[in-house]
Amino acid sequence: MSVLNIFLQQLVNGLVLGSFYALVALGYTMIFGVVKLLNFAHGDIYMVGGFIGFLVLSVIAPIVGPGWTGVAVSMVVAMIAVGFLGVVIQRVAYQPMLNAPRLSILITALAVSLVLQNSVLTLTHGQYQPMGADLGFGDINLGMLFVSYNQMILVGTAAALMIGLELFVSRTQYGRAMRAISIDKDMCRLMGINVTAVIAVTFFIGSALATAAGTMAGAYYGSIWYFMGFLIGIKAFTAAVIGGIGSIPGAMLGGLILGLLESFGTQIPGIGSEWKDVFSFAVLILMLVLKPTGLLGKSEQERM
Amino acid sequence: MGTPLLELRGINLGFAGNTVLDNVDFTVGRGVIASLIGPNGAGKTSLFNCITGFYRPQSGSIKVDGHELMNLKPHKVTQAGIARTFQNVRLFQQMSVLENVMSGSHCHSKAGSIEAILGLPGQRREEAMIRAHAIECLEFVDIAEEVDRDATNLAYGHQRRVEIARALATRPKLLLLDEPAAGLNAGEKQGLLDLIGRIRDELDISVLLIEHDTGMVMKISEHINVLDHGIMIAEGAPKEIQANPKVIEAYLGQDDGENLL
Amino acid sequence: MAQTRSNAFNNIIAQFNEPWKRYIAFAVIIALLLMAPISLGPYATVILTNALLYVVLALGLNVAVGYAGLLDLGYAAFFAVGAYTVGILTNTFGLNFWLTLPIAVGAAAVAGIIIGTPTLQLRSDYLAIVTLGFGEIVRFSARNLDITGGASGISGIEQPWLFGWHINTPFEFYYVFLLLAIIAVVVSVRLQHSRLGRAWLYVRHDEDAAEAMGIDTVRIKLAAYVIGAIFGSVAGVFFAVNLGAISPESFSFQQSVLILMAVILGGMGKIPGVILGAFIVVLAPELLRDLGEYRLLLFAVGLLLVMLFRPNGIWSVKGK
Repeated sequence: MSVLNIFLQQLVNGLVLGSFYALVALGYTMIFGVVKLLNFAHGDIYMVGGFIGFLVLSVIAPIVGPGWTGVAVSMVVAMIAVGFLGVVIQRVAYQPMLNAPRLSILITALAVSLVLQNSVLTLTHGQYQPMGADLGFGDINLGMLFVSYNQMILVGTAAALMIGLELFVSRTQYGRAMRAISIDKDMCRLMGINVTAVIAVTFFIGSALATAAGTMAGAYYGSIWYFMGFLIGIKAFTAAVIGGIGSIPGAMLGGLILGLLESFGTQIPGIGSEWKDVFSFAVLILMLVLKPTGLLGKSEQERM
Repeated sequence: MGTPLLELRGINLGFAGNTVLDNVDFTVGRGVIASLIGPNGAGKTSLFNCITGFYRPQSGSIKVDGHELMNLKPHKVTQAGIARTFQNVRLFQQMSVLENVMSGSHCHSKAGSIEAILGLPGQRREEAMIRAHAIECLEFVDIAEEVDRDATNLAYGHQRRVEIARALATRPKLLLLDEPAAGLNAGEKQGLLDLIGRIRDELDISVLLIEHDTGMVMKISEHINVLDHGIMIAEGAPKEIQANPKVIEAYLGQDDGENLL
Repeated sequence: MAQTRSNAFNNIIAQFNEPWKRYIAFAVIIALLLMAPISLGPYATVILTNALLYVVLALGLNVAVGYAGLLDLGYAAFFAVGAYTVGILTNTFGLNFWLTLPIAVGAAAVAGIIIGTPTLQLRSDYLAIVTLGFGEIVRFSARNLDITGGASGISGIEQPWLFGWHINTPFEFYYVFLLLAIIAVVVSVRLQHSRLGRAWLYVRHDEDAAEAMGIDTVRIKLAAYVIGAIFGSVAGVFFAVNLGAISPESFSFQQSVLILMAVILGGMGKIPGVILGAFIVVLAPELLRDLGEYRLLLFAVGLLLVMLFRPNGIWSVKGK
């Protein structure tokens, strides 16, 4: 294979990976925007999303088949279900903590993450669960590279969801309120914005997007397990930081950049795939240290 | 007199395109009680934050005793001899009054982890000194009887005094008080006036205060600076300030205006 | 009902507020721990040794989390630094065990400074994620490098000799860890009541006010982080020689979380609370053996409930 060939193939791989990262990163960044909380449980929402998607798929597969139609339906149902789960988590665990010291709310988020992880661990006995989707293997030959239909559908769906989100945030009342709250929550309350409702909507959308990624990842890679949210959680956070935490376009951009960095990074001699994760963590740490505001984030002067 | 104790030249500060302080010049002499007044939102606390290193002005120079403070972190500014209180009292929660005031001695002591773990004699002596100094400061502000109470459980007026004692414990040359009389009743205000006078007379510390109670400002200050919309519009003795048309104009429409006239 | 029970519990804890009662309690506990191996037998001794290991680890992490308020999610990395330092230096380079101890301390301090200096200036939640990333980098590196023995780790680590005494039975190690735990408690108490210990609390309660008092907050936080790292590394050194074999999986994220749970469940920042937490974390799985896979879930739910309903930990007295 020529160098160009490898380059193009890694570009496609990076785009697929980046789509997953971006979808999960969006939730991180939106939730951080409105409640200034680093939601450690977000990666596990992705994992739970994958499992709910699996449950729905196993019910409907006999009717609509295990192909993309079945996966699409499961994904939508799972998105709604897990969206509500996200709202419930926010109400039960985070709402009482909003005025507590930052350390307490961080630990609470960690506790939620552990509860989700270990619930699924207990239910699945820690085993990998085959997703049960059958997506076929068709692909298009573009001369120099092969792009599978699955990859195209996946990236296309991710792109559609992100465009939908962008429209929601820029065109609707809730979207505008979301941006306003991220700037000054107290002022929003004074202006009569229902802050609680907007926070709930944010958690719903963030969780739904992570679920979309979780279901698609399960279908694409074939299996799911209770710990699959851990790594992607950190990586999606990295993506959010690269783009600038709090910035929605930043999360999309950051996801793609990290996906591409990873798929190209593993091609660098000496950095094999076993160092892939170390590579991502190193990017995260360097980014946080050197440019914590990210590429599209706004720097803020500290105010007292 | 020689050089002034604190000297600010050409301070410019802005947030996201809004000018907060516009080319501010400002001096505080030695052994004086000075005030910084101005309508709400004039930039008084911002100026305090610039002096103490919490904000970074885009340009200008801040000198204390001739030493440049620009771009120093807040703890370095404190070490250089400027102590402050906060507008909304910020005592350390869940800690006693004594422990709160002991924080002020941190930069004048040095025992580290190894001395503490081994409990070396030098460390024990230093601990005793920190404690004695804190009690001295509490005695000075007249609340020594409250040493062991949880600081944030005290009456508001006493919390303010703890905060002043804590600032005094850093052994400053200049004490910045951000609205020290806010929330105090008439009796407590008189007590505060006496205290500020004693800080200058007995401890030889210059005092600069931001205050809304203009009556109190006129009574105690020897020198007043007036800030409006980030611009220093007047300075001088209380009598001159009261007669200054610019100042009257700045305060017109404000509740404080009547008090001033 | 729940309220009265919780009050009764508070009263029991409040009993220990008087110094002389505390000293008596302390003496009784030490005496019981000294006798424990003789009366409880070998199996319980191994479990208790493990609990004492967690006391050391949890007290170390408590310096960072409980005193200075720094959420460290990669604490197992320092535990690994100590364990691998002794493993590599004694096995591969044939160094004497007692020489590796100061090297392990130095290595942890250097690692703590390298990772802490740039990150301790960041927001506290960024610190949490950076330490998590650091923990994973250390584990992945241990798994992928040759010198650390890859996924299977290092085995055959020789047990130490001390003046002709070969420390090698579980009973002997029990007493080694008891000594370590006592040292850890003494060091924690001394630090807590020092200028540095107060500075950690100032910084934790109000960073701006602490800064205004002339405290170099970054430096103070770094001290907490590095001291915590040294505790972890020393624990790792003795962990490695006790087991004789180490592998990357002993230093996973779950390990960091378990140590963190010990700190938080009992009551962060309070030494008796942290010790209680360490014992809960080690003994509960033994007592709840029948629950099998539910154990971890139970811990997780317990942590969540503590955060929501008793945020200062089990060992907390109202108003103090």
